[in-house]
Amino acid sequence: MSTKHSKSAEAFQKNKEMAKWHDQTLWLVREKRDRQSKGVPEWELLREMAMQTKLYSNSHLPELLEEFEKNAIANGVHVHWAKDAEEYNEIIYGILKKHNVKKFIKSKSMLSEECELNEHLIEKGIDVVESDLGERIIQLMHKKPSHIVMPAIHIKKEEIGELFVKEMDTEPGNNDQTYLTHAARRNLRQKFIEAEAAMTGANFVVASTGEAVVCTNEGNADMGTSQPKIQITAFGIDKIVPNREALGIFTRLLARSATGQPITTYTAHYQKPRHGGELHFVIVDNGRTEILKDEKHVKTMNCIRCAACMNTCPVYRRSGGYSYTYFIPGPIGINLGMLKGAKKYYDNVSACSLCHSCQDVCPVKVDLADQIYDWRQKLDKFGVASSEKKRMSQGIKFLMERPKLFNFAMSAGHLLNSFPRFMVYNNLNDWGKDRELPKFAKESFNEMWKKNKVK
Amino acid sequence: MKVGLFIPCYINAVYPEVGVASYKLLKSLGIDVDYPLDQTCCGQPMANAGFENESKELAKRFDQLFEQYDYIVGPSASCVVFVRDNYSKFLPKKEHKAHKCTDERIYEICEFIHDIVKPTALPKAVSFPHKVSIQNSCHGVRLMHLSAPSEHTVPYFNKLRNLLSLVKDIEIVEPERIDECCGFGGMFAAEEFSVSAQMGRDKVERHIKTGAEYIVGADSSCMMHQGGIIEREKLPIKTCHVVEILAHGL
Repeated sequence: MSTKHSKSAEAFQKNKEMAKWHDQTLWLVREKRDRQSKGVPEWELLREMAMQTKLYSNSHLPELLEEFEKNAIANGVHVHWAKDAEEYNEIIYGILKKHNVKKFIKSKSMLSEECELNEHLIEKGIDVVESDLGERIIQLMHKKPSHIVMPAIHIKKEEIGELFVKEMDTEPGNNDQTYLTHAARRNLRQKFIEAEAAMTGANFVVASTGEAVVCTNEGNADMGTSQPKIQITAFGIDKIVPNREALGIFTRLLARSATGQPITTYTAHYQKPRHGGELHFVIVDNGRTEILKDEKHVKTMNCIRCAACMNTCPVYRRSGGYSYTYFIPGPIGINLGMLKGAKKYYDNVSACSLCHSCQDVCPVKVDLADQIYDWRQKLDKFGVASSEKKRMSQGIKFLMERPKLFNFAMSAGHLLNSFPRFMVYNNLNDWGKDRELPKFAKESFNEMWKKNKVK
Repeated sequence: MKVGLFIPCYINAVYPEVGVASYKLLKSLGIDVDYPLDQTCCGQPMANAGFENESKELAKRFDQLFEQYDYIVGPSASCVVFVRDNYSKFLPKKEHKAHKCTDERIYEICEFIHDIVKPTALPKAVSFPHKVSIQNSCHGVRLMHLSAPSEHTVPYFNKLRNLLSLVKDIEIVEPERIDECCGFGGMFAAEEFSVSAQMGRDKVERHIKTGAEYIVGADSSCMMHQGGIIEREKLPIKTCHVVEILAHGL
């Protein structure tokens, strides 16, 4: 009984020290989030308003997106529409090609991961530089993010020290965080100066003003967009909010939920192109409209990518981002992966004890655990359910629908207690690898009741 | 008021003493309790594993067994809340003449005593001079609201603590990461055994760190999981159900 996730999780757990560190580090983020959320008396009301606002926006996309486009165009922005990843990649490449851009600087965008933009542009000969420090480390290591807010959370400073010796000419063996951060800063400063175009994603876009809102801590998005004349901001259709009043609900929730800060260090509103420059907005669907048609899973489109569900997930913290087969890990990633391709990403559905913490922590009330439960019910129909779990479920059904047989099994079960250990604790019994099996009682409650022993 | 005692399958087979304590406790509170014979399983294990359809016949059987009672009361938050939240999907909607539907009449025993019986003292004074650490189980907390979920911004409450506070000489504590999952999760414990066992070890360790002698809760399945860890690693803590303490000496 195993899945790709459970096997990767087992491998992750082999390095006990690292696994413990990963769990504790992300739990600290959960604790920071708790301190912030509990400091806002109206927190539960905010969550409810955020959920309702998202449901409203996502069910009024045509009018809100058109209002957004109209206002953006009036502000002098070029607006592009991409139905899928291919169109998104082509539009961005088209803008860069038109301006003969060879050096391109980006701030973190999960949409660009989703559409594999970097691979596409690098193949066309463009030098793409990620400017978020975590993303930069990941890029230089040729790896993928293991967390959507802290992409390099799984990498220890010693590894970064070694990487920087090679890439940034730092002193070998000097793994001091401040030293390494300064080195990265110097290195990136040059990239910012050389860049001919800059790109960001967006956390929110506001229909009534036609602006895109980007929340960062390092200031790299603003540094990137301040120098070159060409700026591209690309986002999914689900990022729309009706107006600035609605925006205020989300900016209050986002940083508190994500990193336990009252607000991100920088909250940039991109509204107009700079003098003599160009600002391009790329509005992307890439499967989102399809998801919105699916009533059971419509709330996944509420997600504001804060990663609170990952930080609280006891399985994510103990298995790491790479144990999931979809590029977004944790509870939201399990669900988004299934919506992207159920037959491809079903291995992640096992990564849940149905503890429901994700659902309670989520600032926009995505019913994450309920949806995972629901996906499990569908695996058999897709032909990808675990045959052992199916046999076991059918076995329980057979036994439990026959009370006489169950009563007999309970009385016989007592015999199991005296089986030799090698028969009970072997490779066929995953429970028994780390835990003793429960012992059957000499007499079941049912038997005691029949014998009038319960008084 | 006639109560039908619901004894989940694993309690029947492994922890009959929890069933006995439940019966004695309700009886001593002056409640007319009956145990409809030959109960089996509520269907949760298959449903959580992704085979909800295999639970439907069990739901029908359960519904018939408990048809005549005003309340259905069982000592397992997870099983009870499974019935409460899911049976309306499995059963044809029918209004019993004198009763509400099964999913509306079912209570976990601590919830039932706390919210319905509301005793101000235990029927027979109980002294339990020990330190106990509360196992706030996921389904008990987040689906049944036996205590304030740690994720929510709501005033602290804990129904298990309130009930245990009726016991004399007891010291009640709660672990760090107050309601983090212990890693049981039904077939999850086998399918994801590596993560599940680590969650169990971490949970037991945090209970031990409180200095408690007992882990107490309203879900014997969490205790079964942690008990397996405790026995394998010979750890210095025991487990018991809240009702075993409340019914102490009855």
